[in-house]
Amino acid sequence: MATSEPLTASAAAAATLALLEGQRPATAPEQVPAAVSLPTVTVTAAPTSDQRKRTPLWIWGAALAAAAIVLLGGKGGLISNFTYLQLSLVLVYAIAVLGLNLLTGFNGQISLGHGAFFAVGAYTAAILIDRYDVSYLLALPAAALVCFVAGFLFGLPALRLEGHYLALATFALATTVPQMLKYRHIEGLTGGVQGINLIKPDAPFGVALSSDQWMYLVVLAMAVLMFWLARNLLDSRPGRALMAVRDQPLAASTMGIDIARTKAITFGISALYVGVAGALHAIIFEFVSPDSFRFDLSVALLVGAVVGGIASLPGALIGGLFVQVIDKYADALTKMLTESVHLPLELEPWTIYGVLLIALMYVMPGGVAGGLAGLARRWKMRAP
Amino acid sequence: MEQLLQQIASGLASGAIYACVALALVMIFTATDHLNFAQGEMAMFSTYLCWQFMQSGLGFWTALAATVALSFLIGVLIERFILRPLAGASVLSSVVVFIGLLAIFHSLAGGIWSHTIKQFPSPFPSTTLGAGIIGGHQIGMVAVTLVMLGLLFSFFRFTSLGLAMRAAAQNPVSARLVGVRVDWMLALGWGLAAAIGAVAGAMVAPVVYLEPNMMTSVLLYGFAGALVGGISSPGGAVFGGFLVGVIENLVAYFGNLTEKLFGVYVIGNGEKLTVALIIVITILTLKPAGLFGRVITKRV
Repeated sequence: MATSEPLTASAAAAATLALLEGQRPATAPEQVPAAVSLPTVTVTAAPTSDQRKRTPLWIWGAALAAAAIVLLGGKGGLISNFTYLQLSLVLVYAIAVLGLNLLTGFNGQISLGHGAFFAVGAYTAAILIDRYDVSYLLALPAAALVCFVAGFLFGLPALRLEGHYLALATFALATTVPQMLKYRHIEGLTGGVQGINLIKPDAPFGVALSSDQWMYLVVLAMAVLMFWLARNLLDSRPGRALMAVRDQPLAASTMGIDIARTKAITFGISALYVGVAGALHAIIFEFVSPDSFRFDLSVALLVGAVVGGIASLPGALIGGLFVQVIDKYADALTKMLTESVHLPLELEPWTIYGVLLIALMYVMPGGVAGGLAGLARRWKMRAP
Repeated sequence: MEQLLQQIASGLASGAIYACVALALVMIFTATDHLNFAQGEMAMFSTYLCWQFMQSGLGFWTALAATVALSFLIGVLIERFILRPLAGASVLSSVVVFIGLLAIFHSLAGGIWSHTIKQFPSPFPSTTLGAGIIGGHQIGMVAVTLVMLGLLFSFFRFTSLGLAMRAAAQNPVSARLVGVRVDWMLALGWGLAAAIGAVAGAMVAPVVYLEPNMMTSVLLYGFAGALVGGISSPGGAVFGGFLVGVIENLVAYFGNLTEKLFGVYVIGNGEKLTVALIIVITILTLKPAGLFGRVITKRV
């Protein structure tokens, strides 16, 4: 096949999607995806080929700076181990939200059940590390693979579902997961209600870093890798196909894009992202149990995606930050709100989630990232 | 054998609740093409209102009547103020708004009434019938469901308002041309759904006790029931609700039986939600129209 030139820049994730190309008729010209996505892509502004460019230097700089925090402080550190854990969790949720973005934002399949794949990733890693003494560095790709397969398999029946029905199926999945994890025959592996306790790995080669600092570096590296892969995937030809399926399924299939395969593989890739996040979460949190993966988690991921911007890569980072901050500070925040306006009831974090979700749908459907981009556009177009 | 009958009877009783929830879901679906993920939490919130009325000294039925009226109002307000502005928005937006509503009702109930489990009285005598096969409350649940169904059926069949609502759901454009106020019909549908949910909540609360999570699994079963019967058919949804209730109990029963006979644990009470998930996915993939629903063909 002579279709590999858009793939040169992209790595593994894009290569997986290259499977999509299999049934494309040889006559399908190169401009297919662009032609399909031209009329409708307004929210995401998918880059056209001349816009395709390298990641701006400042992003790499920011990532390096984030890593350098650790080196500056050394083991005593500028910031406490607890803060490193918080930062790591932000990045972990960002990876998960990114996975949901790929599916819901870029491919148009709604999922209310990504907490399920988070759980699968977390448990895969925990079981491998705890029961089989596998190194955590190997457990990560294993969790990714398992989740890809799980997502792909769930995506197959889900292919026939659209919109609300897919939301319903994934909603059912999310509510069921804690119960499935307690299933009696797998209790030997999962530890049943008790869950599994892990121990955070130490820095290798006697590097003078605490394990929180080391894991922060690992998570940061994974986050950079995952975002880089996602960007390249979306810039590649399969990535355009993925968006074309969202915008104009009929036109896309006329152009020779295999819709079913695109959707199922996107589901798999999305689950892979969330699974990696789950595995990282299990390792840095040192604990998994069925009740950490209730429907709340899926809601949190959805909120993160919507707040950040459902079809935006930087939005995923904002979303991850939001999920972690709300998770951590919502109690304090709501208490403060309750006291300052003398409400007769106790507000809870979920109230903030709910109100934000609805309000964002009205005023900023593109999320924070979309809103900022809109402001920037208006700033550029302002009258001189 | 007696145990089997008992299981079927209690399956019918919980099926009555699923039927109510399924019916509420269908009301909203036929009127607006939306699956209301917040239905369970709305019903839960209504049940707390009912409890509050009873705490202030009202009798069960008076409290329930007040709750139904108040829930109806809440349903109408939600449609008018929260969903109306988003009419015609993408499916994602509406799903997100429903999840937002779910979160709000859930946390408000927890915030106002705390998360501790509360007793909820049953209005029915606690006698049992047929040598302990079915309890008084279970019969009451089924009876209330059937009465409510009868009322709804008569409403839609014999009143002009019911006719107008059906017209608005079936063909909004023509309905508007003959003078039906379609947007108010949608709000009415929401109000009715909320009212039905309130009854379902008050009926199920004595069994599962009152707490913010009480409707989560009920909602899933309600969805399963609605899908089995056909999400566009009210009668089918009720039938599906009962069927799912019975299936749920039979699965647990035969699960116990196989464990007793063969000593192998396959499935039991711990997997009830999984059964619902399997029903949902099977119906959605194999027969999305359900048993009695309209098959929707899409013109391309």
